[in-house]
Amino acid sequence: MSISVSNINKRFGGFTALDNVSLDFPSGQLVALLGPSGCGKTTLLRIIAGLERADSGEVFLEGANASALHVREREVGFVFQHYALFRHMTVFDNVAFGLRVKPRDQRPSDAEIRRKVRDLLQLVQLDWLADRYPAQLSGGQRQRIALARALAVEPRVLLLDEPFGALDAKVRKELRRWLRQLHDELHITSIFVTHDQEEALEVADRVVLMDHGRVEQVGTPDEVYDHPASPFVYGFLGSVNLFHGRVDGQALRVGEHALELGAHDLAHDASAVGYVRPHEVQLLRDDGLVDGGLPATVLRITSSGALATVELSRPESPGERVEVTVFRDTLRQIGVGEGDRVRLKPLRVRVFPAEAAASSNSSAAAPLAA
Amino acid sequence: MASIALAAPAPQARRGFSTLLKRKHSVLPGFSLALGYSVIYLALVVLIPLAAVFLKSSTLGWEGFWNATTQPRVLASFKLSFGASLIAAAINVVFGLIFAWVLVRYRFPGKRLIDALIDLPFALPTAVAGIALATLYANNGWVGSVLAPLGVEVAYTPLGVLVALVFIGLPFVVRTVQPVLEDLEAEVEEAAACLGANRWQTFSKVIVPYLTPALLTGFALAFARAVGEYGSVIFIAGNMPMVSEIMPLMIITKLEQYDYAGATAIAVVMLIASFVLLLLINVLQAWTQRSHQRI
Amino acid sequence: MAGSAAQSIARSWFSAPDVSRRRLATSEPFWVRAVLIALALAFFGLFLLLPLAAVFAEAFKKGWSAYAAGVVHPDALAAIKLTLLVAATAVPLNLVFGVAAAWAIAKFEFRGKQLLTTLIDLPFSVSPVISGLIYILLFGAQGWFGPLLETYDVKIVFAVPGIVLATVFVTFPFVARELIPLMQAQGSDEEEASVVLGASGWTTFRTVTLPNIKWGLLYGVILCNARAMGEFGAVSVVSGHIRGLTNTLPLQVEILYNEYNFVAAFAVASLLALLALLTLGVKSFIEWRTARAGSGGNSGQQNQFIERGQP
Repeated sequence: MSISVSNINKRFGGFTALDNVSLDFPSGQLVALLGPSGCGKTTLLRIIAGLERADSGEVFLEGANASALHVREREVGFVFQHYALFRHMTVFDNVAFGLRVKPRDQRPSDAEIRRKVRDLLQLVQLDWLADRYPAQLSGGQRQRIALARALAVEPRVLLLDEPFGALDAKVRKELRRWLRQLHDELHITSIFVTHDQEEALEVADRVVLMDHGRVEQVGTPDEVYDHPASPFVYGFLGSVNLFHGRVDGQALRVGEHALELGAHDLAHDASAVGYVRPHEVQLLRDDGLVDGGLPATVLRITSSGALATVELSRPESPGERVEVTVFRDTLRQIGVGEGDRVRLKPLRVRVFPAEAAASSNSSAAAPLAA
Repeated sequence: MASIALAAPAPQARRGFSTLLKRKHSVLPGFSLALGYSVIYLALVVLIPLAAVFLKSSTLGWEGFWNATTQPRVLASFKLSFGASLIAAAINVVFGLIFAWVLVRYRFPGKRLIDALIDLPFALPTAVAGIALATLYANNGWVGSVLAPLGVEVAYTPLGVLVALVFIGLPFVVRTVQPVLEDLEAEVEEAAACLGANRWQTFSKVIVPYLTPALLTGFALAFARAVGEYGSVIFIAGNMPMVSEIMPLMIITKLEQYDYAGATAIAVVMLIASFVLLLLINVLQAWTQRSHQRI
Repeated sequence: MAGSAAQSIARSWFSAPDVSRRRLATSEPFWVRAVLIALALAFFGLFLLLPLAAVFAEAFKKGWSAYAAGVVHPDALAAIKLTLLVAATAVPLNLVFGVAAAWAIAKFEFRGKQLLTTLIDLPFSVSPVISGLIYILLFGAQGWFGPLLETYDVKIVFAVPGIVLATVFVTFPFVARELIPLMQAQGSDEEEASVVLGASGWTTFRTVTLPNIKWGLLYGVILCNARAMGEFGAVSVVSGHIRGLTNTLPLQVEILYNEYNFVAAFAVASLLALLALLTLGVKSFIEWRTARAGSGGNSGQQNQFIERGQP
């Protein structure tokens, strides 16, 4: 079942939570709403659920306008960030709640409720906890019970607010794989909110990136990672090096050096910033024979596992740092150590106008070099 | 274990009182002084005088005690005190919940004033409350003159006792329920709504069970206070033997007749009831706290 | 038109807090809110406001001069003096006890702590009449120490010492029960730091503990004082009702009322009602003060609210 929202606006006092947001969520997909805190993603989720009313704009469920429907009538499953389990009820009663409050003529029989709850508890692999109270469960177990409770009423869509936010790192990783598997089994249209880019990229079919109440980019995880549409998205999805310069045909002039650019639509001599991911830079030993690239000096090398992070400074702008990630083997082969002079050859540079880059800095995860 | 305990007996014995009681060492000074003073003061002011009641009543013997507490007039006062207190506490649970609900959930003119004045029955001396209620509900009073033509007599009847006890018990329920209601996360109610529960179902199946320990605690507190209440009741009660005499008044009546043993026997019954209630309240409060631990 | 305007005003007055923002899914229909608020207001008016108003209305029923005559009557003035004396004795005694007990209970771990905490609350669950009775049983003519006291011609019951004792008993827990949870919540890190830095126990208490508990202390003292000045049942049993000698203000109210001297009774009662209002005012102020101190602008929390859409 598809969901779409059109021209949603929402303000809290002087704070704009959502600024004319329109989105389509295709049927059967698992979509992540990703963005920094305060970007409006949770508000959008709550508006879709009917827990919040938009100042203007519409919500469509399966093509029908659901804006005026009460949350009870929208048939959405909502999993709260802190689960909101009923603490005075057992796990079984929690999951059965949605079935037991149905109007008498639609309410399943007791036996049917029992069977259904058992099935759901089996689905979330916690049928042995039926008689426990929420306080007796671990965080990961509560999360799965909250999900089972939401699924019990056979919702048309599943909405999850920071579903892994309150869990520790290890459980979080396990649970998100499990959620992906569960979604592959059920194929229920699902939206989940997260501020963790790794989580969004790993679990979702599609990622919606939001900032300051606006949608910055929509796409598959690969699309948004490989082709970020804005400086914000670039900065938010992983680390990035920034090189300030001017556009000169198919190159970006940084000081007296030039970086090769792909296709771009910036005017000649426009002030621009080149965005380069740490792993998309070739590191060459500066033995006086290398042609092109930016000269730099290795400050520090830190290794973790197979990879090494090389921190460098450029003589032209000594205050800035450049970060490059390479395999430790590669580093050994080219024979570069701390204090050595090297040349940096970015393999892929994406340019944005300088103004766009400056305005995104306030909210994006801090780029490596400002 | 035993060998460890035997290893260092000497310094322990020397440091005495403090080490005997203390489970954990602390660098802070003043433990012996503070605890010693507290315990002695508590014993002198509270424990020894209370013990006097039980010792005095034991001089009556079992038969004397039974005779003193089963006189028809005394039994009638038991019935009135416990009965009116139960009804008053029940009324307070209903209105206490309404007050807590509107104070926590709604915005309306005068809300802050109400929130502050809810404690009036705590702060207003009981004698003042007593004469004010008696005057209001007398047949020529502001309220009494409205009720009298309807055939409802409040002052100088058991109904008057009830009115005074409702007055005195209200803050107990409000102040027990209010913080618990404030603590109830909005998400829990939203979860119920998402699952299709209507407002009444959410209230009865989610909110009320959550508030139950607090409501019961408030009920027990209001009841305990009502059973012992004296000042606010005697002016409006009329104090007719067999009809509107409460237990504390029976004690005073016996004292005025120099029947110290009889007064003490009634006091023992009331004290036992109080201690049972105190125990119950402690259990309920522990339950309230436990069920509010955030999950 | 007028009707709808009135209703919209009513809606904005009797609304759930920030309906549009917070509880869209979980607020009650307008009529439910209105009925509940109306019930609360009616009950409040009938049971709390009306008795309070009646005190002042009756006191001024025969004008200002009758009121003043009631208040400045020598017996009333003697009662005021005795009431102040009793409170000035009982409150400091229980203050010292409260601080000592809270220090022992909150800052140390020891056996029997739970029992001690429960015993401190005991006087609250004892009927005021019994609180007076116990001292009659101890110090009365037929009491344990009665003969002894008679020999040395010391009067306790039906005299001022008995009134003080009974008042100490009924106000016993006020300061302690206010301080114990407060000091437990604060822990003893700051005191330990002070001791480690070389401060003596008294200096630590004066410069570290006291500033932290001053509002709680004041709160307890205010409530203790209100009860000490207003206690009726316990004092009534031990006082003997000797005019000008052993009558506190509440007892004076009773005597005047029973003599059908209503204006004077309510005039004296109005003094006690003013004390109650003053107590509630100071209490509300302290609550407002501590609530404000507790929620000093935490920007992190603010963000979370916005993120969750729940201010």
